[in-house]
Amino acid sequence: MDWSQSLRLIAPEETLSIAGLVLLLVAAWGGDKASRLISILAVAALVAASALVAPALCGGAMGPDTSAFFGQFYADAFASYAKILIYISAAATLVIAPAFFERYNAMRAEFPVLVIFAALGMGIMVSAGDLITLYIGLEMNSLAAYVLAAFLRNDGRSDEAGLKYFVLGALASGILLFGMSLTYGFTGTTSFSGINAALAGGLSNGALFGIVFMLAGLAFKISAVPFHMWTPDVYEGAPTPVTTFFATAPKVAALGLTMRVMLDAFGEQAAAWQQIVLFVSLASIVVGALGAIGQSNIKRLMAYSSINNVGFILVGLAVATPEGASAMLFYLAIYVAMSLGGFVAILMLKDENGNYVEEIAKLAGLSRTRPALALGIAMVMFSLAGIPPLFGFWGKFLVFKAAVDGGMIALAALGFAASVIGAFYYLKVVKIIYFDEPADVVKGESDIWHKLILLVSCVVISPLGFLLTKWLGSLTDAAALALFHAL
Amino acid sequence: MGGFPILSLMLLVPLAAAVACLFLDAKAARNLALIATLVDLLLGIVLWQNFDVGGAQWQFTERVELFSGFSYALGIDGIALLLIELSVFLMPICIGASWKSIDKRVGEYMGAFLLMETLMIGVFAAQDIFLFYMFFEAGLIPMYLIIGIWGGQDRIYAAYKFFLYTLLGSVLMLVAMLYMVNVAGTTDIPTLMVYDFDPSVQTWLWLAFFASFAVKMPMWPVHTWLPAAHVQAPTAGSVILAGVLLKMGGYGFIRFSLPMFPEASSTFASLIWGLSMAAVVITSLIALVQHDMKKLIAYSSVAHMAIVTIGLFAFNQQGLEGSMLMMLSHGLVSGALFLSVGIIYDRLHTREIDRYGGLSINMPRYALFFLLFTMASIGLPGTSGFVGEFLSLAGIYEVSTWTTLVCATGIILGAAYMLYLYRRVAFGEQKNADAAAMADLDVREYLMVVPLALAVLWMGIYPESFIAPMRDDIAALEARIARAAPEGDSKVAMGAATSKETPAHEETAAHEGAH
Repeated sequence: MDWSQSLRLIAPEETLSIAGLVLLLVAAWGGDKASRLISILAVAALVAASALVAPALCGGAMGPDTSAFFGQFYADAFASYAKILIYISAAATLVIAPAFFERYNAMRAEFPVLVIFAALGMGIMVSAGDLITLYIGLEMNSLAAYVLAAFLRNDGRSDEAGLKYFVLGALASGILLFGMSLTYGFTGTTSFSGINAALAGGLSNGALFGIVFMLAGLAFKISAVPFHMWTPDVYEGAPTPVTTFFATAPKVAALGLTMRVMLDAFGEQAAAWQQIVLFVSLASIVVGALGAIGQSNIKRLMAYSSINNVGFILVGLAVATPEGASAMLFYLAIYVAMSLGGFVAILMLKDENGNYVEEIAKLAGLSRTRPALALGIAMVMFSLAGIPPLFGFWGKFLVFKAAVDGGMIALAALGFAASVIGAFYYLKVVKIIYFDEPADVVKGESDIWHKLILLVSCVVISPLGFLLTKWLGSLTDAAALALFHAL
Repeated sequence: MGGFPILSLMLLVPLAAAVACLFLDAKAARNLALIATLVDLLLGIVLWQNFDVGGAQWQFTERVELFSGFSYALGIDGIALLLIELSVFLMPICIGASWKSIDKRVGEYMGAFLLMETLMIGVFAAQDIFLFYMFFEAGLIPMYLIIGIWGGQDRIYAAYKFFLYTLLGSVLMLVAMLYMVNVAGTTDIPTLMVYDFDPSVQTWLWLAFFASFAVKMPMWPVHTWLPAAHVQAPTAGSVILAGVLLKMGGYGFIRFSLPMFPEASSTFASLIWGLSMAAVVITSLIALVQHDMKKLIAYSSVAHMAIVTIGLFAFNQQGLEGSMLMMLSHGLVSGALFLSVGIIYDRLHTREIDRYGGLSINMPRYALFFLLFTMASIGLPGTSGFVGEFLSLAGIYEVSTWTTLVCATGIILGAAYMLYLYRRVAFGEQKNADAAAMADLDVREYLMVVPLALAVLWMGIYPESFIAPMRDDIAALEARIARAAPEGDSKVAMGAATSKETPAHEETAAHEGAH
């Protein structure tokens, strides 16, 4: 493994780093006036990075050829798949953000730069082959994310969100670091392959604690129960485009990272953590569903919905099979489409003065005043509830199929039964939009980009999405295979 | 059958019209919906014409490997054919029933109905178990919207109840399906129908499917969503709910539970009988005391569907054919009854029975048709209700005389509540001036009730037309489940029967003796 080979493998990260640094300079010299240009360039950089990772995914890259810097970094199909989802989410965030921030005169030039750095950190997270790489990626993403959460500096809610995110994120990082240090102490190595080999013989109590603490730290990052409490507050308080970002890209990254750590580093000891994941998964499904019922703010509702969805995704991890991993990746892609659609629709809810409407009750009768937008929201809601023929069903279907095939029939039955609870609050939104008398609050014009992204998301989650199953399924299978053969 | 994908076309026509309806104004949407459903009806007739009775079991098959994990596979046997015919026959009538009574958000309404039609046909035509599930489950969305937007006073409660009840039933079924596909290694329904699952596993699978179909059917005691949904749904919604959606439960039993899990079906047969007996007696008695016409008919549906389930779980040809005919007949008759209620509801805007009276004086023609449908619901010979009820009871008589005895009381109770309803609505004196001033049927209403009346009589007088297409399929099903059939307690000697009508006649005496 020579350096040039390693440097070639991290080409997407290099692209993003250089783009981020250059754009930072542009921002410094050009000021906020250049923010639009910087956004466009940032999107271009993300597209370029996507193009660079695509070959690894299409070629199903795996094995030693994909490991850079002596196993610290993997540029395999799994990482590529997750990165493409991350870059798409980041680019979508950049596209939808200007219309929102311009209303508050808060579109600043560093916004795209922060998103780029966050995306870079997330790319490193999913490529990590070593605890140190993992931590660098995680913190790089988190630091950018804390700033993004508090981006509307004049808005108290946004500041609160940023602070909460920071304090709890720092706590989670601490827990994770503690777990990592235990793992290092009991295995004598920080590399995933080394940990895997060291644990092959058996699991000492210390290493078990290492696993538990690392899992707890990661659960914070993916907002899984019982470490989910920050999510509704942060989602509600953060500016909506940033919430869109939080609900998509970091979820993909943190789940990708969790998969890597659990299936690669601790893959030999699956029996030790499966039960934990099982509990976290079911608890997330149930708490996410029950917590959402009482919400009156649609962003909080979406926050609980994301907790609920993470629970479903973790079902695939609890099975600890390649099929389960593939199902998780597929679900993530659908989840990204649903979340993008959902949050963009929220961005389109404006009253006649252009203020953003977040009260669910004010959406009453939306189907009569804004039929197309209402249809979009209804599709997202039914899809999140997992009602066929919308595509959201397929994600749930795959994870539970993996669970049944892996012999966890009780888990599948419980999870499905709990999804009915979730259906209740999604239906509540549809009910308010379609059945209630119009409140006629939502009147504002929508940005063309918002319409476009909502349209694309809706096409993906519509029954037409099923035509993607073959192609996307082959990609996720390749990615999952790469994950299991990374060492 | 030739390569022409007629089933896909039948799915596509209403789907395309549904999308178009969303963009049209009220008048155009009505016309388009009517045209689309009539085209589908025509296609349905062509389908029936080309269906080769006695030919291959699965006809008009289409299979495209579009998706990973499941395939787009369609195909029908005689059982599915008849249920598809029922769906396409009722749809134009539903559109007609909504012609004037729906005046808000017509485009969306028609769109929802046409989508419903696509999904119903899809359920009956799907040959892939997951495709079936998607069609089966997707039907919840348009029906939820139909009840919730265009329904009556308590529509929102009813819509929720309908949705969540049915969803909880079906998700368990999905887990069972996943397991079956994992074990059998195929998603193809015809293959699964002949796959022998381990009897100990069958129990669980059967229960999971039962959770879904019993709710859909609906069987006592999980029927409570039905009166709520029926009462609140608009007329056409009730027609389609009673006419076709309930049949999905019966179809599910006949397509999945019985052939795939014969041993478990046999084990649980007494459970089904018990629930059915309870349903017949209890819901009939409840129907007797209703003040709301739609609620009364809804409870009568539960009682009639209980006759279907005992026929299905009689494990013999008579019972199975009887329950199929019962389903078809109930589809026509309960649809027609809801339509009859809708016709007078449109005039007086109340379903309160006491608000009517003496309608035979000012609406003689209406009273005539209403009487015919009432009689068909009771099961008067010559109407469709008789054939199905009789065959079902004859079928179960071979297996369990006690069940027959109890269920046969349903006929008496059915006569009681239906005649009581009819007396209060159509006979007696005209005690309400506004009800007495109502005009008789107009052309549009004639166009809806006459075809239904003809179909009811056709099925009652010459049921062979309907038995013929499914005879082989029922025989195949009977052969499949024969090994697990519970031993009967009546020991009926069949005599030297040549056709199945003959023994049925001979049994009449014994059957009459039972009640």
